[in-house]
Amino acid sequence: MQWDIVIGLEIHVQLATRTKIFSGSSTAYGAEPNTQANAVDLAMPGTLPVPNEQAFRYAVMFGLAVNAEIERRSVFERKNYFYPDLPKGYQTTQLERPIVGPGYVDIDLANGETRRVRIHHAHLEEDAGKSLHEDFHGMTGIDLNRAGTPLIEVVTEPDMSNAAEAVACARKLHGIVTSLGICDGDMSQGSMRFDVNISLKPKGSEILGTRTETKNLNSFRFMEQAIAHEVERQMDILEDGGTIVQETRLYNGDRDQSRSMRTKEEANDYRYFPCPDLLPVEIDDAFIDEARNSLPELPDARKARFMEQYGLNDYDAGLLASDAKLATFFETTAERGKDAKLASNWVQGEFSARLNAEEKSVADSPISGAQLGDLVVRIADNTISSAGAKKVFEALWSGENDNVDAIIDARGLKQVSDSGELEKMVEEVLASMPDQVAQYQQESDPKKRKKMLGGFMGPLMKASKGQGNPKLFNEILVKKLGG
Amino acid sequence: MHNKSVAELSRELESGKISSVELTRQFLGHLKKEDEQLNSFITITEDEALADAHAADEQRAAGRATRWTGVPFAHKDIFCTNGVATTCGSKMLANFVPPYDARVTENFRKAGAVCLGKTNMDEFAMGSSTESSHFGATTNPWGLSKGEKRVPGGSSGGSAAAVAARLVPAATATDTGGSIRQPAALCGVTGLKPTYGRVSRYGMIAFASSLDQGGTMARTAEDNALMLNVMAGFDPRDSTSLDREVPDYTATLDEPLKGLRIGLPKEYFAGNLNAALEEQVRSAIGEYEKLGATVKEVSLPHAHLAIAAYYVIAPAEASANLSRFDGARYGYRCEDPKDLLDMYTRTRAEGFGAEVKRRILVGTYALSAGYFDAYYLKAQKVRRLIQQDFIDAFREVDVLMSPTTPSPAFIQGEKSDDPVTMYLEDVFTVAVNLAGIPAMSVPAGFVDGLPVGLQIIGDYFSEARLLNAAHQYQQVTDWHQREPQ
Repeated sequence: MQWDIVIGLEIHVQLATRTKIFSGSSTAYGAEPNTQANAVDLAMPGTLPVPNEQAFRYAVMFGLAVNAEIERRSVFERKNYFYPDLPKGYQTTQLERPIVGPGYVDIDLANGETRRVRIHHAHLEEDAGKSLHEDFHGMTGIDLNRAGTPLIEVVTEPDMSNAAEAVACARKLHGIVTSLGICDGDMSQGSMRFDVNISLKPKGSEILGTRTETKNLNSFRFMEQAIAHEVERQMDILEDGGTIVQETRLYNGDRDQSRSMRTKEEANDYRYFPCPDLLPVEIDDAFIDEARNSLPELPDARKARFMEQYGLNDYDAGLLASDAKLATFFETTAERGKDAKLASNWVQGEFSARLNAEEKSVADSPISGAQLGDLVVRIADNTISSAGAKKVFEALWSGENDNVDAIIDARGLKQVSDSGELEKMVEEVLASMPDQVAQYQQESDPKKRKKMLGGFMGPLMKASKGQGNPKLFNEILVKKLGG
Repeated sequence: MHNKSVAELSRELESGKISSVELTRQFLGHLKKEDEQLNSFITITEDEALADAHAADEQRAAGRATRWTGVPFAHKDIFCTNGVATTCGSKMLANFVPPYDARVTENFRKAGAVCLGKTNMDEFAMGSSTESSHFGATTNPWGLSKGEKRVPGGSSGGSAAAVAARLVPAATATDTGGSIRQPAALCGVTGLKPTYGRVSRYGMIAFASSLDQGGTMARTAEDNALMLNVMAGFDPRDSTSLDREVPDYTATLDEPLKGLRIGLPKEYFAGNLNAALEEQVRSAIGEYEKLGATVKEVSLPHAHLAIAAYYVIAPAEASANLSRFDGARYGYRCEDPKDLLDMYTRTRAEGFGAEVKRRILVGTYALSAGYFDAYYLKAQKVRRLIQQDFIDAFREVDVLMSPTTPSPAFIQGEKSDDPVTMYLEDVFTVAVNLAGIPAMSVPAGFVDGLPVGLQIIGDYFSEARLLNAAHQYQQVTDWHQREPQ
């Protein structure tokens, strides 16, 4: 049987406000446990919440960036459940009157098409603290530093039909919030958390199947894997004639496994009701206009600019523009390196691969855009070969030295581009390989000839101790061997 | 000295006839002795009080005295006091010492007042008799002479009994459905519940957030005005407090009442109203006519729905407000919990008393899926109608007057087994909280030796007018000066 996959996303975005949504405690990440929790965050008796205006400004900026309606009168509600890292015994959130109403984002698909994903709404709420199960034998540690950190929860319509689209949408939203500067976008620290709702239905059917929600996706890679995993799981069940249970599943990326966390039957009755400690928040036109005027360049506009300004193609421009920090890094590299195409290749290639391999974000990169730009300069002016450039990159990354030219000198990576010197080497090598020269000259197929040309490169590089400019070697070879 | 009002004590201190330390010693000695039979205090803070009294004397010597500098008083044990146990009358918080002051506490501290301790109350302010306190019931000083142990009303029964028995001249209190006015009436003292938002709720342990309001209790209206001068005002830490100018409430006490339009809600002179009590209240209203006021009957057509709406909304809010008492961070925790669920269930089963549990259950039920619309939402709609009743009434009259309670103080234990009968104690008071308007209870006579309260209800922010009306009445009557034997 053929199936249609239906995917919707729920995204928790931690807002980068200085203080919490209802208290004056700092929101900075990484402090000693419970040092950033005051009496309000601890839900001490008699304490009361006071809304943080900046959280509203950020939520409105997000709403404007996703083309959404802004609710002029938003209401906080209490979502009641008991958990040790939820000090008040309820989460203050929005239900009936969320601050951001319906909107949309357009995502670029691999086939060059654009797809519109509708945003159902986005609401403001407070984050819970953290329960630490590992460090305390037989007990649970509670860290309330995170309790009360402002979040917006973004809920999309189920407009995506495969993992690639879902990841593209997630990346798009990631790019928007990081460009806006309202979230640092760090998925590994939980600054942005994606939950995926997945259901299957027979191809062409109008009726949606039962959905599951998969949580704990702390990278885009895991998100893609988790969707593939869940689609396969549901397909196996349905094709065996089974039914899908509506449940929340927890994905383990390291094992590519998921397990049920709770089913719909086990779900709490949250007994939502308007929070009587907080009055409805009225937002006026001036506030919205101010937020609109403060909007920075967003990924779509940036992509268009990259194509125009740097002559990048659609794909490269889209990828580099999608993430604010990556985009800034690229621009620094390109400006300094004076070769945008080469800068784009290095940022997307070696640099991104290395970040991914070490699960680092652009912010954690040990090398700067300016350093990579210096490297690009030396590649472009033929000072070093691409093989040499990789060695310089390694040296920069490991912190061996922070200056590109110093590394090139110290490692002797400067390639020989003196054509007289190179010509001499070519003559010597060709003289030592008469059989191969003859074979080459008898061959008429240009493809095979090109391959045979490569056979001379090894000895040439050896002769030049790896410092000969391969491009020039190639040119000289062709000339000497007679076309 | 014990019979003197705040205003009088303030003058004594001002004149230098007595120091705050001497005054505080006298009051503490009297309090420790007399409270044995009343149990109106949960905590007596002797050391802190004497230290504060010393500081007050120094302030005065330095020429920085306010009207409150060195004057003794007490806080209801619902207001958080930095470094002093704040129990809310519950086992759940029996060991709780807050590291912060409520805004109200802070204000009295700044004014230089000397807090002698924390007064008893129904657990989490849920009750009308101060019998549900974990620290034992408070006894009404009225009736003791006949050997009767009567309730002081509640939930601010400790404050009311202490003021009536001259243990303190004034005490803070809170009112969610009548918790200031009903005990004031039953103990023969004067109490004011201000407009919702007039006094900050920061650090005042929440029962029902949209109804709770801190207020005043003293023997005279003038002392209530002095208290409100200290308590009222905007607090950026309470999002529901109002940023509105605070008048000097003592400035208008002496204005004449000529032309004051009094409305008598016919629904508040009906039902189970005690006939002798009604007579006393009508006679008090007669005094107002003599003072130049006019009286007419008005109607609050939705009055009969107030108790029902209140007992949905208040428990619903309470069910969430009390979720924080889970044994995880402070307060009571059960012995040796097996696991998380065991900790929650036993902590709350052992830490809360029966009435608190009853209200948490009622509130949880009212908010549950499938019942929310029929209970919570319907009650909120009724609340709007009740509010509109008052708005309509205040188009015709300046104040409303009624009995505060349907009957005088009852014998301890009499209503303990019947929650609904107990809830009907609030029949004339809860609508005021639902509407958010201010109201007072003023001593207006006796029935069988027990005090009767006259309720005066005003429009939003009319505290000055209410205090003026009460003060003028107290210039021509002496019910508020009668002392229990």
